[in-house]
Amino acid sequence: MNKRLNPARSVAASFSPSLRPVRSQNGFLRRHVLTTDHRAIGLLYLLLALISVAIGSVLSLLMRLHLTWPERVIPFHGPILPEDYLALVTIHGTLMLFFVLTTAPQSGFGNLILPAQIGARRMAFPLANALGFWITALALLVLLSSTFAPGGSAISGWTAYPPLSAVAAAGPGQGLGMDLWLASIGLFAVGTTLSAINTLVTVVRLRCEGMTWARLPLTVWGWLTAAMLSVLAFSVLLAALLLLVCDRHFGTSFYLPATDVVNGVLRPASAGSGSPLLWLHLFWFFGHPEVYIAILPGMGLTSMLLANFSRRRVFAYGTMITTTLMIGGLGILVWGHHMFVAGLNPFAGTAFSVSTIAIAIPSAAKVLSWLATVWRSRPQRTTAFLFSLGFVSLFITGGLTGPILAQPILDQYLHNTFFVVAHFHLIMAMAGVFGLFAATYYWFPLFTGRMLGERLGRLHFGGTLLGAYATFLPMHLTGLAGEPRHYAQITGLPNAAAGHLLAGTVALNRSITIAAMFLALAQLPFLINLIVSLRRGRLASVNPWDATTLEWRPGLWRVEAETPAPIVYRGPAHYDRINGRINSLPQWVPFAGDAAISSGRQIAEE
Amino acid sequence: MAAGASLLLAPWWLPVNASRQGVALDRHLTLNLWIILALAGLAHLLLFAGLLLRRDDRDAAGSRRRTLRLEYLPLAAFTLLFAWLALRAERLWAANRYTGADPAALQVEVTGMQFAWYFRYPGEDATFGRVEASLLDPGGGNPLGLDRGDAHSTDDIVSSELVLPAGREVDLRLRALDVIHGFAVPELRVKQNAIPGQTVHLHFTPITPGAYAVLCTQLCGLGHYRMSATLRVLPESDFRSWLRAHVPDRGAR
Repeated sequence: MNKRLNPARSVAASFSPSLRPVRSQNGFLRRHVLTTDHRAIGLLYLLLALISVAIGSVLSLLMRLHLTWPERVIPFHGPILPEDYLALVTIHGTLMLFFVLTTAPQSGFGNLILPAQIGARRMAFPLANALGFWITALALLVLLSSTFAPGGSAISGWTAYPPLSAVAAAGPGQGLGMDLWLASIGLFAVGTTLSAINTLVTVVRLRCEGMTWARLPLTVWGWLTAAMLSVLAFSVLLAALLLLVCDRHFGTSFYLPATDVVNGVLRPASAGSGSPLLWLHLFWFFGHPEVYIAILPGMGLTSMLLANFSRRRVFAYGTMITTTLMIGGLGILVWGHHMFVAGLNPFAGTAFSVSTIAIAIPSAAKVLSWLATVWRSRPQRTTAFLFSLGFVSLFITGGLTGPILAQPILDQYLHNTFFVVAHFHLIMAMAGVFGLFAATYYWFPLFTGRMLGERLGRLHFGGTLLGAYATFLPMHLTGLAGEPRHYAQITGLPNAAAGHLLAGTVALNRSITIAAMFLALAQLPFLINLIVSLRRGRLASVNPWDATTLEWRPGLWRVEAETPAPIVYRGPAHYDRINGRINSLPQWVPFAGDAAISSGRQIAEE
Repeated sequence: MAAGASLLLAPWWLPVNASRQGVALDRHLTLNLWIILALAGLAHLLLFAGLLLRRDDRDAAGSRRRTLRLEYLPLAAFTLLFAWLALRAERLWAANRYTGADPAALQVEVTGMQFAWYFRYPGEDATFGRVEASLLDPGGGNPLGLDRGDAHSTDDIVSSELVLPAGREVDLRLRALDVIHGFAVPELRVKQNAIPGQTVHLHFTPITPGAYAVLCTQLCGLGHYRMSATLRVLPESDFRSWLRAHVPDRGAR
């Protein structure tokens, strides 16, 4: 208790997370790399995601530049050939989906924050945790190394539909490049499954006294639901990948029909008869839950941050827990909506359409709760809050096109056009990244003892929101005009009618490319902020945001042995009003009266 | 009313529609777009208004009544709205896809291969001749592997452009030789994948004569972007003369 009563004493020096552990005989390597400490592993995951997102963004800019100015020659490379463009598509999608949006929210911030937020000292399986990270890092190396394979990287996109992905002769990059892609994603599936099992067991087994399911922060519900989906989805993906490897190398025909003539070569008649549709089913059984894995932690964080900065309870907390689980549950029943025009029975189209539109209901419930939570709250407009607000905006804008694409009759026109690209980039990529930014601004002081600069933060927020909308809103229009995805060029097509159809999108496409470059530039303030604030940022008090969740409990990040296990007395985001002043009631404080003295910030002010 | 309707039917952001089923599809798509535009606007309005207005904490904790009013009532309205949209959409989908083409529909076979489309008409005997993968010879003028020994194949017309009569229903049978391809004609509002080892049917009725683009919309390899063909929709009489002009010589008696 005594330690807690001295919170005003700031700060950086008293923190001892993995960044500043007690000096011991352990060297840098042992502390930061060969470690089973969940916080060190979390930081490693974030570093991996940062590298991946940087590469993935550069690749996307190359794609945009090529689409707009196809004749331009890239320095030190030469012209981008159609197969290069498709390799860019494939590696961009794979990096962003797997190595950024799956690792950073779930394994990165999950490791950093989850144990503290449930009052646990560690994750359930530290060794498996470290193993999971190193397998994931190896997966990244294998993926990037495929650039140097003869023929280059795979060109079949992150969805890798066979026979294009099953037959080496189907295109450059489909030989060794494709094998390396399969190896990479196989490794990734194993690493992520380890991480997800770890998360599941940690939440189920290691919650501290008083941390009932109803009191669990919504971030934890997000991580928990995403972990359940991960275990289900990635195991199916791994099986699907193995079958594809067998088709490629061991003469099986899980995904290949009896007669298949690729590049003039007929498959031996002795091979069996399978169907590419089996891959589509297996892949999307994984692929759709995957996008919820990417976004659920962000949804939970948004609820918590909006409430925290509005000094309000999360509106309809119980409903938010239920809707998180509903989104996860429905998420595994909707895979067929990627296959409306793939050759499914039309009745299946109707069934998958209904289950998909049903997801709009729990999603809308979340939006309503966010709107009600901030409604007339005069919130504290920190950068972390602004990014959460941006998340809500992008979730609404990107989400509303979901029910349109869920209608098979409309998908019959919009499938594989840029309308789809716009939809998932807004709701998954941009909203997901906004969740990550909110998390970074919010939790940065917890690990460094310093605040990220608010001025640069607001600049970063404004530029990113503007850039995101300017890039992805016009894609709806080019999609409606008929522009298909995965086209290496939309000008100079051999067919006059096709050229005529796409000519109308050229001007808009140029503006999209410029907006995309602006969006990339808008990340400079963020990088500067990170570097500058790490050394010279304003010193943070123990609980700078007046937060109510356990990770902000004073003393928690000091030498671990000194910290007594917490007891939780209430749910997160509870506040009361004393003499017109709103006080937070942290989860770890027994009585309302203790709240004031437990909050470092208020002590400092008094 | 009629003027307003026609404005909605021919929205500037879509390519012209040249098919019978496209009219209802466009109307439903436009309706959907207006609805989501309104919902997005409303949600953002509420978000900004909530930020700008003075703080009000009366009942902020969320009493049962407030939860009902702010969470469940709007949710019920939203559910009804989307159930209605889904119902409309499924009726359209059912009308287009649940049953096959009329038996009198024009039969055309579409074959996708890296990176070209070929179209085959069964000829006067109304029966497609046998094709055999081992007979494939693109260089020798037999890109589909037509078995010349089969009596049904002698009058088959193989073309690299798709020519269709206006106003008559077409029954396409889609095939793919090598990898999955996506048969799409944006101006006819149709899209359907062609899968190796499977024949998938797609039926529709072009109504407006003109030249339109047949695209590939499923990533199929390095030439994906240039895998396009021309669809010419002709008046019925012109279509007949086109057919006559293309009957293979060896089929002539």
